[in-house]
Amino acid sequence: MATQHEKYYVPASSPWPIVGAIGLGLIAFGAGHTVIDMKNETVDGWGRNVLWGGIAVMLIMLFGWFRDQINESMGGLYSPQLGHSYRQGMSWFIFSEIMFFAAFFGALFYARVIAVEWLGGASNNAMTNEVLWPGFEAMWPLTETPGGTTTQAMGWMGLPLYNTIILVISSFTCHFAHVGLEKNNRKQLTLFLGITIVLGCIFLYLQGAEYVHAYRDLGLTLSSGVYGNTFYMLTGFHGMHVTLGTIMLIVMFFRVLKGHFTPDNHFAFQATSWYWHFVDVVWVCLFIFVYVI
Amino acid sequence: MSTVVGEMDHQDHHHHAPSGITRWLFTTNHKDIGSMYLWFSFIMFLVGGSMAMVIRAELFQPGLQLVDPHFFNQMTTVHGLTMVFGAVMPAFTGLANWMIPMMIGAPDMALPRMNNWSFWILPFAFAILLASLFMEGGGPAFGWTFYAPLSTTYSSDSTALFVFSVHIMGISSIMGAINVIVTIMNMRAPGMNYMKMPLFVWTWLITAFLLIAVMPVLAGAVTMVLTDKYFGTSFFDAAGGGDPVMFQHIFWFFGHPEVYIMILPSFGIISAIIPAFSRKPLFGYSSMVYATGAIAILSFLVWAHHMFTTGMPVAAEMFFMYATMLISVPTGVKVFNWVATMWRGSITFETPMLFALAFVILFTIGGFSGLMLAITPVDFQYHDTYFVVAHFHYVLVSGAIFSIMAAAYYWLPKWTGHMYDEKLGRLHFWCSLISVNVLFFPMHFAGLAGMPRRIPDYSLQFADINQIVSIGGFAFGLSQLIFLWVVIKCVKGGEKAPAKPWEGAEGLEWTVPSPAPYHTFETPPEVK
Repeated sequence: MATQHEKYYVPASSPWPIVGAIGLGLIAFGAGHTVIDMKNETVDGWGRNVLWGGIAVMLIMLFGWFRDQINESMGGLYSPQLGHSYRQGMSWFIFSEIMFFAAFFGALFYARVIAVEWLGGASNNAMTNEVLWPGFEAMWPLTETPGGTTTQAMGWMGLPLYNTIILVISSFTCHFAHVGLEKNNRKQLTLFLGITIVLGCIFLYLQGAEYVHAYRDLGLTLSSGVYGNTFYMLTGFHGMHVTLGTIMLIVMFFRVLKGHFTPDNHFAFQATSWYWHFVDVVWVCLFIFVYVI
Repeated sequence: MSTVVGEMDHQDHHHHAPSGITRWLFTTNHKDIGSMYLWFSFIMFLVGGSMAMVIRAELFQPGLQLVDPHFFNQMTTVHGLTMVFGAVMPAFTGLANWMIPMMIGAPDMALPRMNNWSFWILPFAFAILLASLFMEGGGPAFGWTFYAPLSTTYSSDSTALFVFSVHIMGISSIMGAINVIVTIMNMRAPGMNYMKMPLFVWTWLITAFLLIAVMPVLAGAVTMVLTDKYFGTSFFDAAGGGDPVMFQHIFWFFGHPEVYIMILPSFGIISAIIPAFSRKPLFGYSSMVYATGAIAILSFLVWAHHMFTTGMPVAAEMFFMYATMLISVPTGVKVFNWVATMWRGSITFETPMLFALAFVILFTIGGFSGLMLAITPVDFQYHDTYFVVAHFHYVLVSGAIFSIMAAAYYWLPKWTGHMYDEKLGRLHFWCSLISVNVLFFPMHFAGLAGMPRRIPDYSLQFADINQIVSIGGFAFGLSQLIFLWVVIKCVKGGEKAPAKPWEGAEGLEWTVPSPAPYHTFETPPEVK
C-alpha cells in the first residue's frame, strides 16, 4: 500500500492449480462412489481406487506447489507485501475453519437446548411427546433416544482431561518454538517444535484410545443418537485437524533441520503455529461444551 | 471518486499472452481467469436454462406430458443448483477477477495460483453434479435447498455425489473469496484508501466476507446430510433426538447470506453504471458503503424468515419478521441513491444503462414482494407457492442476472477492445425485458391463487397463467442466444474501442488502453 513500490511477485504460470483441481475432482467423485458402494455393499471397489488416485494426485500437487514456493521464497522473490497477502490469506482460511466448526457446535446447541427438549414436551410440544414419543424424557447427554437406542455418556475426567492439558501445553511449546525462531535461537526452536510434535502425537493416540473405550465399553457409537453424532463429528473433525496440524509441524521440523526460516522470514512456520493455536482453541471449546457441561 | 496523476500508458508495455491450451490450464493472470469464469458461467447459464425450459414445457399444460415427476424434481433441483453455484456466483467472481485489480491499481490478484485453482475446481464439481443425473435412481431431486428428510431418508443413491460436489464448489468459493478480500485489503495502489474505492470493490469486499463466513456452514450442512443418509447419524431424525427443522436452521444460516452474496456485487455494478450514463457522480457514496455493510450484518439475523411455517415459538417469528423488514431500510437507501444520481443527470440509454434501469425497477419489485413475504401471518399463505418463485426470480433474474448483463455490456469494450453491436444489444435488452416480465409477473397471481411450487402437474384453473408463463420462459431463453451472438461478434471484431468508451465513466480501469493489456499496473498508479 502506501509507500510500497517494490515489485509484487506474480508467477508466470504454474501447472499445480490444474493438477490440484483434478485431484480434488477425483477425490470428490471417488469419495462419492465409495460411500455409495458402502451403502449398497458392492465390493468391486473402483470408487475407492478413484479416491486413492485423487489423494495421490493431491499429494503430488502439494509437494510440487510447496516446493516451488519454498524455492521462490528462498530465492528472495517475495516482498513484504506478498508476506502480508499470505498472512491475511491464512487468517481468513482459519476464520472459514472456525465457521465450519460453528455449524457443528450450532447443531450441538440446537439439539441439546431445543430439539431434545421439545421431543420431551417442552414449550408447546406436550402432544408431540404424548402422541409421537410417549415416555420419552428429555435429558442431556441423551443416553436414551426417543427411538429407544441407549448408550452411556463420556465423562470428562481421565482421558479427555489429560488430552486438554496436553494440547494446552503444546500450544505453549509451539509458542516457545516461535519465540526461539524470532530470537534466532535454533536450539530452542528445534527442541520446542519437537516437543510440540510429540505432544500432538500423544493427543492423537489418546483420542484413538478414547474412541476404542467409547465403542467397546460405553456402547457410544456414531449412530447412538444425536449425542453420539455431535460427540463423534466434533471430536472427529477436530482430530482430523490435529492430524493435519501435526503433519504441518513435522514438515516445519524438517525444514528447520535443513536450515530454513529466518527471524523475519518464516511465513510457513507462522501459519503452522497459528493453525496449531486454532485447533487448540477449538479443543478447549469442545472440552467445555461436549464433555464438561 | 479517484483520479490518476500522470500518463499511464508508458508503463503498460504490451506483453504478449502465452498461447495454446496450456495458457488457460496453467495461467495465473487475473484477466485470463476472469474470462474463464465468465465463459463457464455463461455455459452453466445455458445448461441451467435448458432445465428451466424442460420445467416450463412440462408445465405448459396441466397433466403429465413430457417427463415423469421424479425427473421433473431433478430438473427443478439441478436448475437451482446450477444457476446459483454455476451461473451467478462464478459470473460475479469472473467480474471480480477482471475488474478489481484494475479498479484498485493492482498488478494482479494477491494469490494468483490459488486463483486458477479456484476456477478449475468448478468444471469438475459440475461435471460430477450433472453426471449424477444419469445414474441409476437419478440425481438430486430434493430441491436446491435439499431439506431433510427429502435429502436423507427419501433421496436417491447418488446423493453422496451431490454432497461431495457441493463440498468442492465450497472450497472453490472460499478460496476465491479469500483471494478477493486479500487483494482488496493488501493490493490497493498508493492513495487508494477505502473510501475512494469504487463501489463494486466495496460490495465485493463485503460479499467475500459473507462467503468465507457461510460457505463452511453449507459444508457442515451437506456433511450432516451425508452422515445421516449413509452413516447412521440422526441430526435430522427425531427418533435419534435430532430435528428436521434443525436442517432448515443450518441451511438458511448459510442460505440467507447467500442471497446477499448473489445481489451485493450487483449493487456495485449498478452503482458504477448509473453515474456513468447520468454523467453525474454517484449520489451518497458513503451511505452506499454503510448500507452495504448494514445489509451484510442483518443478513446473519434473518434466516428463519424462510421457515415461518415450520414450527417456531411466536417470539422467534416476531423477531425474524421485524429483522427482515429492517433490511428494506438500507436497501431503500440504495434505490434512493440510484434514483437521486439520475435526478437532473444528462442521461443516455446505451445497453448497459438500459439493463441497469431495468434492474432498479425490477429488483425493487422483487424487494417489495420480499417485504410481503416477510410478514409472518401473510407468509403462512404465500409459503411454498408460486408467489415465492416469482419473488426470488425477480431478484435473481431481473436482479442479479440483469446486472451481470449490464456489467458485460459496460466492460466488453475494455475486455475485447471492440464496441459491441449497440443495435443487437438493445434488441437483446428489449426481448429480455418483455419476456422476463411475461415469464415471472403472472407467477405472482398463480401463487396468490394457491398454486404450489415444485409440482409437475396442477389444477385446471392455473392452466392459462401457466401457458403465458411458459411462453415468456421460452422467449426469455431464446433471447439469451442474442447475447451470445453479441459477445462472439464483439470478441471477433467491431468498431475500435477507445480507452474510455463511456463519456461519464470513472475509475482506474478506463485509464488503461482497450483491450486492457495482458499485465496492467505492474507499477502502481498514484491515486489522488
